[in-house]
Amino acid sequence: MDILKLKNINKKLHLNFAEEKIPTRNGYGDALVELGRTNKNVMVLCADLTDSTRVKKFQEKFPKRFVEIGVAEQNLVTVASGLAHIGKIPFASSYAMFCPGRCWEQIRTTICYNNQNVKIIGAHAGISVGPDGATHQALEDIAIMRALPNMVVIVPADYQQTKKATKAIAKYKGPTYMRFAREKTPQMTTKKTSFKIGKAQILKEGKDLCIIGAGPVVHECLQAAAMLQEKKINAQVINCHTIKPLDQKTILQAAKKCKCILTVEEHQITGGLGGAISEFLSEHYPTKIKRIGMKDRYGESGPPEKLLKRFGFSAKHIYLKALQLCKSKK
Amino acid sequence: MKKLTKISELKLMANQIRQDIISSLAEAKSGHSAGPLGMADIFTSLYFNILRHNPKNPKWNGRDYVVLSNGHICPVLYATMANAGYFPKKELSTLRKLGTRLQGHPHREALPGLETTSGPLGSGLSQAAGMAYALKLDKKPNLVFCLTSDGEHDEGNTWEAVLFAAKHKLNNLIVILDRNYIQIDGNTEDIMPLDPMDKKYKAFNWNVKTIRGHNMRQIVSTLKKSRKNKNKPLMIIANTIPGKGVSFMEKDYTWHGKPPTKEQAEIALAELRKEKHHLESMQCPHCKKFHKECTCMEGQ
Repeated sequence: MDILKLKNINKKLHLNFAEEKIPTRNGYGDALVELGRTNKNVMVLCADLTDSTRVKKFQEKFPKRFVEIGVAEQNLVTVASGLAHIGKIPFASSYAMFCPGRCWEQIRTTICYNNQNVKIIGAHAGISVGPDGATHQALEDIAIMRALPNMVVIVPADYQQTKKATKAIAKYKGPTYMRFAREKTPQMTTKKTSFKIGKAQILKEGKDLCIIGAGPVVHECLQAAAMLQEKKINAQVINCHTIKPLDQKTILQAAKKCKCILTVEEHQITGGLGGAISEFLSEHYPTKIKRIGMKDRYGESGPPEKLLKRFGFSAKHIYLKALQLCKSKK
Repeated sequence: MKKLTKISELKLMANQIRQDIISSLAEAKSGHSAGPLGMADIFTSLYFNILRHNPKNPKWNGRDYVVLSNGHICPVLYATMANAGYFPKKELSTLRKLGTRLQGHPHREALPGLETTSGPLGSGLSQAAGMAYALKLDKKPNLVFCLTSDGEHDEGNTWEAVLFAAKHKLNNLIVILDRNYIQIDGNTEDIMPLDPMDKKYKAFNWNVKTIRGHNMRQIVSTLKKSRKNKNKPLMIIANTIPGKGVSFMEKDYTWHGKPPTKEQAEIALAELRKEKHHLESMQCPHCKKFHKECTCMEGQ
């Protein structure tokens, strides 16, 4: 299952499957420092997690535009709303479990309904948070953010993409939620790869089925596609980094071409990427869909790679699901 | 807009605002009565004497910011804004109706002049603190006035903001607490005791003043000192009477969340008109001061 031997890779995207692994959250931290230099209105707020959310570098370089809130996520997002009202671009950073987990109503009323230009940042999302256990593994954050009118929801797949997404949401005017992961994960996109909010990326062309992922698991999707290739199954792979607004055009084209879709995300199978795609296609082009995600249950402690296997997010699991799906299509 | 400088003028305006609150609530057939009536004097003093603002240009960047945290008392905010010239007074009769700019709880995007959207309690103070922080960062002289209720001090979010504002010494943040001792289910001290509020805020490193919330002279003189507030955020605890001005509503918590019926509204309006005539009878027709303070020749 050598991903480098994959056929039909989208050359336009300038993909490169580097060996080096970097956590997506580093992309956030590095982009913030660049933004701090170029945009005086960018501010960063944090709720006692400066190191692990990677905002420490911004704090050191721009201490006046950094606000330490303490362990108070409701205050984190509402202070951010007030800052935005005066014209600042606040990035409210915490773990996804606590923000948006703890402060949903404040985000709804004072940011989304109020339409303030606040960026909600949820670090340590997904099952791969690992040993901290289920209390810290955010698996519902996409669902609760996606349900809010005015909210944009972004799940970048790797370091470079997180960096680009961070800059893109700073430029975009309006409430935004972005989640990223804890672990070091493989690189797929490069400095040259384009990123546009709301524009899904076809990483690999194919026609037999379409695997759509969001977040670092996209890499597992590509590996699964390589395994399928050996079985003469030509899978399309889409990185759907923006879950809201959903790239309906790309999803619809994929459904028409491949006739069946497999979604993959480190999130509950309800309300996330799989939910969004199912809702859309059931109304516009009913398509056979299988969703890989957490099946209405919580995670547990363990090493990230073992948890990914235990709950069915590994390339092999995706491959097996894809085989099943292709068989049932015929 | 023209400021009202005489205490008698401010009292008459507060009376007018109370009448408008009653009328709009009766017309809406839903909404909160006690809180809005209790805060009419403070809103009047803010919008007609204290604030730097321009009703014809609500986004003027030299303005002071008013953040109403306990959004449910918005009938007093709307009535005050209408009288100040933000929008036509006849629009007050659209309160809570379909298509209105006067939403049941205030919505920033619906009506120019509102600084935020509120209703769910406990998050106004931290938004106001965020605004005050940004203004200080930009070295702007604007003040942020936050109006908050005692009931919403049950909320953890309020106290998170109290800590934050003290940490950053937000002396441009002026908070007025509507201390009326009622909330939906009863007396605040029965539901969840809050006293002593002054000592609590002092212990949290705030400047604290306590005023009588219906003494116009004291309200104005205290709020006038806001611009000189130093080193710490300022908490003004205003002891108010819920339902103030309407005898059958005063100090009765059951009026927290209901409107008067048509008949009750007529009784209330008759009471308020009687008070208005009383105030007018005490006013010098020339200098507009109360007779007892009037020194002009015509008033003698």
